[in-house]
Amino acid sequence: MSAPTAAVGRAQPRLEGREKVTGTARYAVEHPADGLAYAWAVQASVAKARIVRVDDAVALAEPGVLAVLTYANAPRLAPVESRELLLLQQPRVHYRGEIVALVVAESLEAAREGALLVRVDYDTEPHSSVLTERHPSLYKPDKVNPNFPTDTCVGDFDAGYEAAEVRLDQTYRTPAYHNNPMEPHASTAHWWQGRLLVHDSSQGSGDVRDTLGRLFEVPAESVRVTAEHVGGGFGSKGSPRCTPVLAAMAARHVDRPVRLALTRQQIFGPIGYRTPVIQRVRLGADADGRLAAICHDAFSQTSTTTEFAEQTAVLTRALYAAPHRRTTHRLARLDVPTPSWMRAPGECPGSFALESAMDELAVACGIDPIELRIRNDTDRHPEDDLPFSSRNLVACLRDGARRFGWADRDPAPGVRRQGRWLFGTGVAGAAYPARSPVGSARAEARPDGTYQVGINATDIGTGARTALWQVATEALGVPGDRVRISIGDSDLPPAYVAGGSTGTAGWSWAVDKACRSLRRQLQEQYAGSVPPGGLSVFTDTAAEVAALEKVARYAFGAHFAQVRVDVDSGEVRVGRMLGVFATGRVVNPSTARSQLIGGMTMGLSMALHEEGLLDHRFGDWVNRDLATYHVSACADVERIEAYWVAEDDDRVNPLGIKGLGEIGIVGSAAAVANAVHHATGIRFRTLPIQLDKLLQHLPAG
Amino acid sequence: MTGSPHRSPVSLSVNGRPYELDLDNRTTLLDALREHLALTGAKKGCDHGQCGSCTVLLDGRRVKSCLIFAVAAAGGSLVSIEGLADGTDLHPLQSCFVQHDAFQCGYCTPGQLCSAAGMLDEVRQGWPSLATEDLVAGPDGLTDSEIRERMSGNLCRCAAYPNIVSAIREASATGSRR
Repeated sequence: MSAPTAAVGRAQPRLEGREKVTGTARYAVEHPADGLAYAWAVQASVAKARIVRVDDAVALAEPGVLAVLTYANAPRLAPVESRELLLLQQPRVHYRGEIVALVVAESLEAAREGALLVRVDYDTEPHSSVLTERHPSLYKPDKVNPNFPTDTCVGDFDAGYEAAEVRLDQTYRTPAYHNNPMEPHASTAHWWQGRLLVHDSSQGSGDVRDTLGRLFEVPAESVRVTAEHVGGGFGSKGSPRCTPVLAAMAARHVDRPVRLALTRQQIFGPIGYRTPVIQRVRLGADADGRLAAICHDAFSQTSTTTEFAEQTAVLTRALYAAPHRRTTHRLARLDVPTPSWMRAPGECPGSFALESAMDELAVACGIDPIELRIRNDTDRHPEDDLPFSSRNLVACLRDGARRFGWADRDPAPGVRRQGRWLFGTGVAGAAYPARSPVGSARAEARPDGTYQVGINATDIGTGARTALWQVATEALGVPGDRVRISIGDSDLPPAYVAGGSTGTAGWSWAVDKACRSLRRQLQEQYAGSVPPGGLSVFTDTAAEVAALEKVARYAFGAHFAQVRVDVDSGEVRVGRMLGVFATGRVVNPSTARSQLIGGMTMGLSMALHEEGLLDHRFGDWVNRDLATYHVSACADVERIEAYWVAEDDDRVNPLGIKGLGEIGIVGSAAAVANAVHHATGIRFRTLPIQLDKLLQHLPAG
Repeated sequence: MTGSPHRSPVSLSVNGRPYELDLDNRTTLLDALREHLALTGAKKGCDHGQCGSCTVLLDGRRVKSCLIFAVAAAGGSLVSIEGLADGTDLHPLQSCFVQHDAFQCGYCTPGQLCSAAGMLDEVRQGWPSLATEDLVAGPDGLTDSEIRERMSGNLCRCAAYPNIVSAIREASATGSRR
């Protein structure tokens, strides 16, 4: 058998690259349809209220407006778990920005105009929208996402902490973050010949199909949701959101295909965001920096409609050894939109606190921060007492230190000045769970010598389509140009959502199994040739996943950052970011590197730029667009490098693959903040680090 | 509805092809492309002039098509992402973007490419940028910091920035004949 050209481990340009650079890749509201109508959302202008009256007469008189959907006339929806999705059902407002009406019109312009003309009268009630660690609504949820214990306790933290030679007790604060994928949430829906057909900008069209089926009380088989190309998600499209529901309601109401694209401003809230988090971290260590006690208490917010419990302190359960340890999570139930998934939920904010605290401990102990982390490494999960399938945190730290040129670092803060600039470097560790969810796939051999592989995976920019094609090609043992991969369609064999860094591991496993099974059947039953009618194999990995041995599965990483701070303006520039990761077998080095630097850059953005600024009087963010909610731009990223250490881990799953879509953001903001401390001597425990906050502490220029 | 005071006839040349449109006066150039000409390559990332996803070339200059009413562009000559390639031959920027993995989700990509094409022409004409040392003498070659500065009107949330820079650097070297 000749070597396939698409071998796993070889850099491969994206299969859909040509479509994406020629503008022919179609996203959710770009599919042609006859008789299209357009929908536009109307959002609540108050935070908590009863809707007294909706006056749609002026809107309906606007030329081109077909309908105004409100709680009074919208199609009734059957209950589903997420009450966020029970849209336009009741005259209630739970948060400012909640969608309270939907205008449907012949054109975008008429829909938008109509939305301006809908008048909603409210009977407002007092609201509470600001998270504090003493908020009266704070409670202990039954579990934190996705299914972790809320609190954990090993040993006796209080005693261990009291007895420690070095004690650190600090509180870290991160604001609300908005995912802001470049494609705002959008859907096209059409009820046609007894089926509901939806093009959705989603990370998992199977869940959207199932949810629409339940909401509209139709069998899931009569709903088809596709997500062929998705303009990013970063978690915000990870579970069904309002857009496909509203588009389907509108399409049913006007009996036409309906496009609904939320605007950039509209997505700040209704589609989810990362909760603000307040974290108290206590570390107790001996003078050599060996941890005796770790405690991580996290406070975050949820809404009054649906519980969302960010798993902020879960990272701390796995990263460092210590005999005495405690983690807790408390939620404040506020009059806000429900927080939701955003890249590395839990680990991202949690790592900012823990890895900043570790840097502070290194300073307090007078120990190099890399050495401190190495001293607290562990070969067993510190709380579950399980061996790791592989744990290469130390290898990442050492390899990164070598590449970054850490060895000669002077630990003294605030002493490296060249002209107006103060220079500093920082490091942080990272870990992220390596899960492999159950998936199913179909592999089909056709008489013309080609192979068709189908799985309802989603490529939100990760490179999943290309990676799965590489895996399929290797498993089939044929040249890549004979293999076609189909994804992003709920009619395909079901597979897990593109989230939790599980895609390449879980989907590849299913694709590999289906392809190897097909290959074996062809060899054993057809002497290696394809029968005249072709041969199709459908398999799933349920039995294999259930039989996985009980070990702790994580990817690890280390971040390095070099910053310079302008003493006159307080401007922070990140001159270099370098990450080294242990993520098992890398399928496509080209797209893997892109994922890692993308995550690292989002961490840079978190450290320096992003901040949802809430106005408590209105219970809403005042910065609701990309001119005021800043995300890193091209000029902010000077030099950024991602590497990985060789890692052969056959216990994580049979393919040895760990996900890497999220670990790039775990710890990266802490590395930047730690570098700012090294540059200036100023410790930032509240993000973002912005010049007005730095300036008052800097030496005179 | 033609003849209504709310609509106007609009002549546009798009990718070398003439179009006679009858448009609602409120229609942006972006929506004219996407909803009336079925040219959905230009993307709507913010509809607000803040992200650059809708960038096209209007009379040779890069513009944000979401900020221009179609009637205001009447008589103009427009190149969108669909017109950047020469038939089936990709523009050097396009092939370099694929080779350098200069995108992930691809949603900002058409805007990045049109913006890069316009930007390279601005550099050729000697227009300075914030990264230019001598504003009078103009840019001294296409340094990475010049590319980064000049491409910062095009956001990429996937953060393919370093690959975008390397793709543009290579395309500007190989594609200067075009």
